[in-house]
Amino acid sequence: MKAKPKALTGLDILSVVMILVAAGLVFFYAPVEVMMGAVQKVFYFHVATAWVGMLGFLVAAVAGVLYLRRNEQRWDILGHSAVEISLVFFLIAIIMGSIWARPIWNTWWTWDPRLTTAAIVELIYAAYLLLRSGVDDSERRARFSAIYAIFGFLSVPLTFISIRLLRTIHPVVIGGAEAASQGGFNMDAPMRTAFFFSLAAFSVFFVDLLWHRIRLGELSASVDSLRVKSYQEGR
Amino acid sequence: MRAYFQAVGAVIWKDFRAEWRSRENLSAMLVFALLVILIFNFALELDLQAKASLSAGVLWTTFIFAGTIGLNRSLAVEKDRGCLDGLLLAPVDRSVIYFGKAIGNLVFMLLVEAIVLPVFSFLYGFPVFHPGFLMVIVLGSIGYAAVGTLLSTMVVQARTRDILLPILLFPLTLPVIIAAVKASQGFFQGLPLAELSVWVNILVAYDVIFLAVAFMVFDYVLEE
Repeated sequence: MKAKPKALTGLDILSVVMILVAAGLVFFYAPVEVMMGAVQKVFYFHVATAWVGMLGFLVAAVAGVLYLRRNEQRWDILGHSAVEISLVFFLIAIIMGSIWARPIWNTWWTWDPRLTTAAIVELIYAAYLLLRSGVDDSERRARFSAIYAIFGFLSVPLTFISIRLLRTIHPVVIGGAEAASQGGFNMDAPMRTAFFFSLAAFSVFFVDLLWHRIRLGELSASVDSLRVKSYQEGR
Repeated sequence: MRAYFQAVGAVIWKDFRAEWRSRENLSAMLVFALLVILIFNFALELDLQAKASLSAGVLWTTFIFAGTIGLNRSLAVEKDRGCLDGLLLAPVDRSVIYFGKAIGNLVFMLLVEAIVLPVFSFLYGFPVFHPGFLMVIVLGSIGYAAVGTLLSTMVVQARTRDILLPILLFPLTLPVIIAAVKASQGFFQGLPLAELSVWVNILVAYDVIFLAVAFMVFDYVLEE
């Protein structure tokens, strides 16, 4: 078994420290927003987790293209890892958004374009994982999931556009808080610091998790090949 | 180029002949579609007031559910009887198989829609024949069949193939469903084409993008 690389341990420590600092900035450095109060602080981590989620889905689509072109297993492991991690981050972003929406919009959920698209994105990548678990042959699984990651990523902008048009042509009053939903408050300098530091912290954390997950994928692939080998030798 | 179209035609013709002899795919889709309409009738209390706003949604849900059955069946038959291997042995480009199967599925969907529409119109006394609406039906079905054929070719090679197709297909085809429903509703309400062109544009964009991508990646779906 390959030893855990030193750089990865360093990254572990860095991401923990950065997240702690980001939390400190959010709670103690950034001022309380005048209109919304303390609940606005959800915003910093909400945007950061949503960003990391989208980043992972993009990584999966790019890894899909690379897998189809190069036919190397590591791109498949990368795509799978990115989707697994991003699915969790994106879910966290949705839940945090709900926590914020409850006092501000007076509802946990609205069928606003962003929320609806987010829900569909979760479903697309949950389907991705179901597809993976349904195909036994590893090489075939890699090809199919690469194709699905590409298709999924392409359909998301079209879904977003069509839902947005749906809502503008047929105006549905979304708690009357359309402006607030689009970031309707102005960030002052400390807020901006907290915001961008949170983005950076979660990006580092994402890379760290991705690295761990890729290592796990490689290890499980080598366990599989060892198992096949021992089976063949045993016969 | 001519040989290419001939080969595509041969794949489509093979599907039609097989369907003509068994008639199992079309009849299943048709009966299923009528059942869905029946269920909606009770579930939604489709009365005169509700009809105008709901019928577009009911129709498209019916088409999409029936389409899923047809798509699943169309490729499962190839896989089970070993026909897929035969198709792969043919000395033609892989995309010929894709376009052949996709056009075949599209025609089956359109046939079912051509039967369901008059029935719907008859049952609810609702005029559903607008030229614009027919165009929306064709555009929507193209997008659905384009993505559906690619995905069902993948799904039939999976262990969980009975359940996988709708799970994979529905979230990806949501833009088609939204645009088709909204455009159909607009035509039913007699809105001018200019107001609905945005939905038609989305349908055209979806069809073009996904046909092109499916054409590019189909080789990898059947790489044995």
